[in-house]
Amino acid sequence: MPDSFSTMIVTYQPSATGSPARGTKRECESAVNSKRPVNLDLSKFHFPLPAITSIVHRISGIIIFVGVAFMLYGLQLSLSGEEGFSRVSGLLDSFLAKLITWGILSALLYHLVAGIKHLLMDMGIGEELESGRLAAKATVVISVILILLAGVWVW
Amino acid sequence: MVNSVDSVTNLGRSGVFDWMIQRVTAYVLALYTIFLFGFMLTSDVNYDTWSGLFDQTWFRIFTLLALLSIGGHAWVGLWTVTTDYIKATLPRFLVQALCGLTMFVYVVWGIQILWGL
Repeated sequence: MPDSFSTMIVTYQPSATGSPARGTKRECESAVNSKRPVNLDLSKFHFPLPAITSIVHRISGIIIFVGVAFMLYGLQLSLSGEEGFSRVSGLLDSFLAKLITWGILSALLYHLVAGIKHLLMDMGIGEELESGRLAAKATVVISVILILLAGVWVW
Repeated sequence: MVNSVDSVTNLGRSGVFDWMIQRVTAYVLALYTIFLFGFMLTSDVNYDTWSGLFDQTWFRIFTLLALLSIGGHAWVGLWTVTTDYIKATLPRFLVQALCGLTMFVYVVWGIQILWGL
């Protein structure tokens, strides 16, 4: 077994030392009965970069989902007439609105970049360990650049 | 055929179908996003150009397609996230129901904005 693998999984051992197990009683009982490996403490795990880019992809998706309400509100107001359009422009002068806009744009840009990485992986690009790590690094670098550019654009 | 995901709440009733919906809608949303960024960066955005864009039927259809894609894409994504992190059935069902209702509101609201019903 490779060393990195053995550090990832902690094999469940019947508690001879009496250390308290995590989770509910039912989870523990089923873990005892199945004798399967259990992960004891997620906070002690070292997450590789592709795992972090994956969880950020999820978080950014949730932010965008909420952000659609703001975007639809802005679209409705901006299309309601000349007056509505200038009200949106006026709203975008405030710091808070700029911050929300930048936040939604950041989530959108990250989700787009990480999503394009997924579509490339569908084509068989970046599926190996090394290329996967490189693709995760590229995702971070490209989206940070785009997010900074978006910040310049908003302000 | 035994469905490997034993759930009634996933969109396509099969993981492969969900996977395909996720991809097809992803392409639509990526194209729409890149188009809108391109429009905002290359043209002088004022009320006339902005409303002129949304007056065109093809762009209204494209926008509605993007909105429907958000619905499908977000359903698959949020279903995955909620089934991963919310273990208890009732809270998970309620959150998923709220997500579904929100998507429905987004689509109807979007149609109202686009066609002013």
